[in-house]
Amino acid sequence: MGSYMMKRILVSIPLLLIISFLTFVFMNLSPQDPAEVVLHAQGVPKITDELMTQTKAELGLDKPFIVRYFDWLVACLQLDFGNSYVTGQPVWSLIGPAFLNTLKLTVVSSVVIIILSILLGVVCALREGTIIDQSVRGFSFFLATMPPYWLASLMIWYFAVKLDLLPTNGMDSYKSYILPVAVIAINYAGIYFRVVRSSVLNHLNEDYVLYARACGVPERKITMHILRNSLQVAVSIFCMAIPIILGSTVVIENVFAWPGLGSLSVRSILSRDFPIIQAYVLILAAAFVLFNTLSDIINAAMNPKLRKGL
Amino acid sequence: MNILEVENLQVTDMNTGQIIVYNSSFHLKQGNCLAIVGESGSGKSVTCRSIMRLNKPWIHQSGDIFFKGENVNHLSEKEMRKKRGKNLCMILQNGMSAFDPSCVIGVHLRETLAAHFGWSNQEIETKMKKAMESVMLKNPIETMNKYPHQLSGGMLQRIMIALALVLEPDIMIADEPTTALDTISQFEVIEQFIQLRERMGCSMIFVSHDLGVVKKIADDVLVMKDGKIVERGDISTVFSKAEHEYTRYLVSTRLEVSNHFRKIMGRV
Amino acid sequence: MKILRNLSKDRLAAASFILIVVTIVAGILAPYIAPHDPNEVNMRLRFAAPSWEYLLGNDHLGRCILSRLIYGIRPSVLWVLGALFISVLIGAIAGFIAGYFRGKVDFFMMRICDIMLSFPGYVMTLAVVGILGIGLKNILIAFILMKWAWFARVIRTAVMQYVELDYVKFSKVTGMSDIQIIWKHIVPVTLSDIAVVSSGSMGSMILQISGFSFLGLGIQAPNAEWGMMLNEARQVMFSRPELMLAPGLAIIIVVSAFNFLSDALQVALDPKLIRSTNKFQKQEVETEIRGGKIHEYTRS
Repeated sequence: MGSYMMKRILVSIPLLLIISFLTFVFMNLSPQDPAEVVLHAQGVPKITDELMTQTKAELGLDKPFIVRYFDWLVACLQLDFGNSYVTGQPVWSLIGPAFLNTLKLTVVSSVVIIILSILLGVVCALREGTIIDQSVRGFSFFLATMPPYWLASLMIWYFAVKLDLLPTNGMDSYKSYILPVAVIAINYAGIYFRVVRSSVLNHLNEDYVLYARACGVPERKITMHILRNSLQVAVSIFCMAIPIILGSTVVIENVFAWPGLGSLSVRSILSRDFPIIQAYVLILAAAFVLFNTLSDIINAAMNPKLRKGL
Repeated sequence: MNILEVENLQVTDMNTGQIIVYNSSFHLKQGNCLAIVGESGSGKSVTCRSIMRLNKPWIHQSGDIFFKGENVNHLSEKEMRKKRGKNLCMILQNGMSAFDPSCVIGVHLRETLAAHFGWSNQEIETKMKKAMESVMLKNPIETMNKYPHQLSGGMLQRIMIALALVLEPDIMIADEPTTALDTISQFEVIEQFIQLRERMGCSMIFVSHDLGVVKKIADDVLVMKDGKIVERGDISTVFSKAEHEYTRYLVSTRLEVSNHFRKIMGRV
Repeated sequence: MKILRNLSKDRLAAASFILIVVTIVAGILAPYIAPHDPNEVNMRLRFAAPSWEYLLGNDHLGRCILSRLIYGIRPSVLWVLGALFISVLIGAIAGFIAGYFRGKVDFFMMRICDIMLSFPGYVMTLAVVGILGIGLKNILIAFILMKWAWFARVIRTAVMQYVELDYVKFSKVTGMSDIQIIWKHIVPVTLSDIAVVSSGSMGSMILQISGFSFLGLGIQAPNAEWGMMLNEARQVMFSRPELMLAPGLAIIIVVSAFNFLSDALQVALDPKLIRSTNKFQKQEVETEIRGGKIHEYTRS
């Protein structure tokens, strides 16, 4: 197990390096000269060539490409992502708190999603074909076609404006979590409950269930075996879901004015604040790789057959 | 004395409305071995599962199944569960998939035996050890702590037989127990079945499409084709003077070649 | 043709298909169908209720909502279809090369795909838009860049299965050229797989593009686009919530039509790739999430 873990972690390191390199290259592909952007952002009235060279030197843009990459990478590892072009503040001082806020939203949503999808998935699978199963599936199909920001707007209109029960935006108290979490959960539970359901159904049809029944093993114990096996798949899927949710809260954060990464990144894109975009892409891509690795490791830990094969 | 009497068993797939087994009646004598022979899809396995009442929820069965004079078809699910394993024991075709892949096989053995006899783990271990040794499994304790994928198909098949030995059922239903095995393991497993009958004197339903194997073990034979019983009788009669054309065809080809071919094709 | 006949038996799928065709035609012929100029501002008609002249009423600038919906089909559906087509094409070429020739090419291509797929889709799109600037064109470019890798993966798996078939091997022996074999024997049979994966992505892509426009990163005002219309409606959400209805429902209806059609296609074509995945391993579920059935995870 230990060696598998090591191997899996070692594989993810080159991937992280490639991702960081690509992120760096992408940002340097930008048609606009960063020095120019900085000067514009600082409101310099007339940009002279002299001023440009000076700014380039300040930003370290005159060094060779590879040197700049490694300088950047080393700095990134120390959480130094440079300064915002717009405000001049260190990127981490902006992204750090935003990341924390997004993380809070993601964690709460993920917990709700996991509980909801396991509950619904298991119930639907064990009651396959009944009215419960069909109505839950039909409803989730319908929800999957709904634009989440639309659903969010409707919910704001109904719960916050019409009934005046919940806050419309910001993150002031636990109440602020209810609407955004509900929208994200509705969105993703619809997907993941199907994963759980089909996984449980697959296992219901396995021979070992038939044999356990034929041996007269109590149904309760058989259900535990089915859950144990089918949740294995689900656990690793959920692990992968977390960074996906992390990345896709963008829209929801904007609708609810949640002071998180999503709002920050959209604002940065609109003001072409490259260091922030760069840091955002890097952090989320790294989270994606890390959680994928984690999900593989968990999967291997729970499934002895896979562990042997790798 | 008939230990099992099946009368007018009819099995229907409620989803498609298709009839899988037509109005079949047969019986099993105490201490005898009845072989059910036929191609795949002829309704053999479904018949076995109907006796155990283990068909999928959308498969409906009607008719009467008398086990020791009691109609199994009218039992409650709870009473039925007590019968399964202890009175009616089943052995599956593929040992590899018959055990929970994420648990060591000892878990299944313990759960089964604890459910029927309420034994402690210690008792289960000693009893299983004895049974496993008698089916020629070396290192029984070690084997019980292995995962299914660490054992061979033949070993898992013998573990199922060992479990049956401990359960001492009245009827053992073996659903193609040798089909998934290579020739050498097939031979070993068949040997175990023959010894099992000698030792326990239990009645047996043996499903197979391999007439060579059937000839070794069975007393009576049922031949099924497309959900109907087309031939029945004791083994020597069926082999020497079969009445139905299909049986004669089966005997003449002995199915060996075609089965072998089908197995290879099925694997691709 | 047989596919069409199969589909026509399924009423829901047939209705979805007709709806999609009607939408596409309406989008193409927008200037002839739309009753008014979508950008014509008429302050006297602000928030006007539906009338015979303006069937769906008017928005906050007095523009005809129906006309804007019809013109909105172009960026919301037609351009997305275009982007989908291009990324499927790139994916198909890569998938055919990798799956047919195998060896080093395959290894190299699949590693590229791995890297592409290790970026979360949403973040990738944001990154591309961040570099190239906001605008519908750049989002479509981002879509193409992101999606081809996934299509290449799926198509490669399908191609690999068909290459193993006897008649393809036979053609190789008889000395048919590789290109001929691919074109004559493999392309026709993989088409059904391709149809299923790509139709499965369509719904999620429409949702995403409208999501980006909603954030103001896509098409720019005053152009009509469904997500953009919702964005404009959001400004007056508290006083005029009914403005959210028309564009929202338009998205829901079109996306459901694509989803129903994709599900029906899956049943009608019964592609091998969905069933043949290894049984209880993560892969299957992963395929299921990423692929058609459970529309894509990168949804907004």
